[in-house]
Amino acid sequence: MSGLNTAHSVVEPGIWSKRIAGTLVVVYALITMIPLIWIFTTSLKSPPDSISYPPKIVFTPTVEGYCNLFTTRSRQTQEYIESLGAPDNVCDEIARDRSMVVVGPSKYWPRFVNSLVIAFGSTFLAVFLGTLAAYGFSRFKVPLADDLLFFILSTRMMPPIAVAIPIYLMYRELGLSDTELGMILLYTAVNVSLAVWLLKGFIDEIPREYEEAALIDGYTRLQAFFKVVLPQATTGIAATAIFCLIFAWNEYAFAVLLTSGTAQTAPPFIPTIIGEGGMDWPAVGAGTTIFLVPILVFTILLRKHLLRGITFGAVRK
Amino acid sequence: MSTTTPGMAERAAEAAARATPNVISRRVRGLSDRAIAWLFISPTIVLLLAINIFPLIWTIQLSFTNYRANRPNAEVVGVGLRNYERLLTDTDVWLAMQATASFVFWSILLQTVIGFALAYLIDRKFRGHAFWTTVILIPMMLSPAVVGNFWRFLYQPQIGLFNYIVSFFTGVEPNSFEMLGSVNLAPWSIVIVDTWMWTPYVMLICLAGLRSIPDYIYEAAEVDRASPWRQFWSITVPMALPFIMLAVLFRGIENFKMFDMVNLLTGGGPGSITEVASITLKRQAFEAWRTGPSSAFAIILFVAVFGLANIYVKALNRVKQR
Repeated sequence: MSGLNTAHSVVEPGIWSKRIAGTLVVVYALITMIPLIWIFTTSLKSPPDSISYPPKIVFTPTVEGYCNLFTTRSRQTQEYIESLGAPDNVCDEIARDRSMVVVGPSKYWPRFVNSLVIAFGSTFLAVFLGTLAAYGFSRFKVPLADDLLFFILSTRMMPPIAVAIPIYLMYRELGLSDTELGMILLYTAVNVSLAVWLLKGFIDEIPREYEEAALIDGYTRLQAFFKVVLPQATTGIAATAIFCLIFAWNEYAFAVLLTSGTAQTAPPFIPTIIGEGGMDWPAVGAGTTIFLVPILVFTILLRKHLLRGITFGAVRK
Repeated sequence: MSTTTPGMAERAAEAAARATPNVISRRVRGLSDRAIAWLFISPTIVLLLAINIFPLIWTIQLSFTNYRANRPNAEVVGVGLRNYERLLTDTDVWLAMQATASFVFWSILLQTVIGFALAYLIDRKFRGHAFWTTVILIPMMLSPAVVGNFWRFLYQPQIGLFNYIVSFFTGVEPNSFEMLGSVNLAPWSIVIVDTWMWTPYVMLICLAGLRSIPDYIYEAAEVDRASPWRQFWSITVPMALPFIMLAVLFRGIENFKMFDMVNLLTGGGPGSITEVASITLKRQAFEAWRTGPSSAFAIILFVAVFGLANIYVKALNRVKQR
C-alpha cells in the first residue's frame, strides 16, 4: 500500500486505499440508517402490516399511523357507523373501516407544542445569559475564572436523576411542578453551562483590537459589546443556540420525572402511545418521525460546528 | 476555523471609524470594566446556584435523614451516617454498580474501536467523505429516549427487524431468542443501541485527532522507510491518543449516569439485570419514595461524576493546547 501512496505524495492516500475506505464507510453509514428508515416506513404501514411476520418490506402505504397519532377513536357498532353521514376526512374514513369513529384530537399536538415552547424558551434564556457570561470571562480578568468555569461545566455533568430529587421537592414548594416555566428554568440551567463554554471559545476568536478601536473612538464598553462584538459572534451564537435547542428538545429524564400532564413534552409522551391490544407501532413511528425531522435539519445546519459543540468548544479542528 | 471573514472585519472597522468621539458621555454612562464583568457573569452564577447548588446542599442534608417525599407531614428524624453505611453494604447497590460498570466498559470499548476505525477510514478523504460523515453522525443527535423506544420495536421477538436480520444471517429461528427479555441478552441489547448511537461521537473526536497530526511527521517517517504498520503504531495512535482519551472520558461520564435509553429499552429488567445506577436511583427515589437513602446514593454518584469531570477538564485543556 505504501508503494501506491508514494506514487503521488507521501501523505495523500492511494486510489485503492481510498476506494476500500469509501466502500467500508458507506456500508457502515447504510447499516446505521436501517433503524431510522424502518421507523419511517413503519409510520406508513397499517397496524396489521406493522406486526406481520416476517417483517414486511413491501406494503401499501397508508396515513393510518398519522391519523391514529393525532386523533382518539372509539369503537362503535356497525349500525351506528352506518347511521352517520359521509366521513369528514381521510382519518374518519380509515377509522370507520376499522369500526371506529374519531371522537377528538389526541394529546400529541399539545405535547409537541410544549416541547417547542420549552425548547425555544430555555434556549433563548441560556444563550442570552451565556453570551453575557462568556464575554465577561473572555475579556475581563475575573478572579478565580478557571474555578468558576469548571464549576459551570461540572453542573452539566451531574446525573439528572440525582438532581431531580431536590428539584422535585423545590418545585413542589414553589408551585413549579408540571409547569412550562419550571421546565424552562431547569433546561436553561443545564444549557447555560454549554452556552458559556462554547461562546467563550467563539468570542476568544474575535480580535480584541476591534473593541479597542471602538473604545478609542469613544464607544462605551457596553456599546462596543453590542455594536462590535455581538455582530461578529453571530455565527457562534447561532450554533450555540442550535445545540441548546437540540438538548432541550431531546431531554427525557427531567421531563418524565417532573412533568405528568400540562407541561409534558413529546419524549415522555411518545412511548405511551398505545392502541387496542398493545403498542400502536405505526402511530409511534409517525410520532417519532415528526419529532426527529427538526433534528435532522439542525444536524445538517450544524455539521461544521458539531465537533466544537460536543467538546464544549475545546476542539475546533 | 475562524468566524471572522475579511468582509466582517472591514465592516467592524468601518463601524468603529464612524463612531463619534464622545469622551464625556463615556465617562458618565460607561460602567467600569469590573462592574461590567460582574454584571455579565453574575446572572449565570445566580441561576446555577439556585438550580444546582442549593438543591445539592438540600440533597446532602436529606441524605442524613429518613425523609420520604410522599409523606411530607411525617416526622423527619436524623439518622447520621446510617444511609451511607446501608448503601455501601447493600448487595443490590453493588449489583447496580456492577451492571453500570460492565455497560460502561463494553459500550465504550466497542465505540472506541469502531469509532477510531471509521475515523481512520474517513481520513483517507475518499470522494463524498463529507456527505457520508454527516449521515453517520445522525444517530448521536437524536433523543436517547425516542431512540430507546423505537429500538424496543426493532428488538421485538418475531415481528422485530433485529431478530429477523440476525436469523437471516445465522439461520437461528427469529422467535427463538428475546433480546430484551432474556437475562443473557438484555445487557447486550443496551450495549448495541448505545454503540449504534454514540460511535459517531467517538469517530468525530478521533477524526479531529487524526487531522491534527502534521503531514511532515509522516513524510519524515517515509524518508526513514518506516512501514505503514510501524507508522500507524508509532505515529498515528500515540498522536491521536489525547483525543481518544477525551472521547472515552466523556462517554464514560455520560454512560455512568445513563438513564433515558435504558429506562425505555428494558426499564432495568428482566429482574434487575440491566438496572444501572440511575435506574436504581429512580426506583428508590420516585417509586419507593425512600428520599433520604436515595439522596445519599445521589451524593455518592455526584462525587464519582465530579471526580471524573475533573479529569475530563484536564484532558480538555491538554487537547486545547494542540
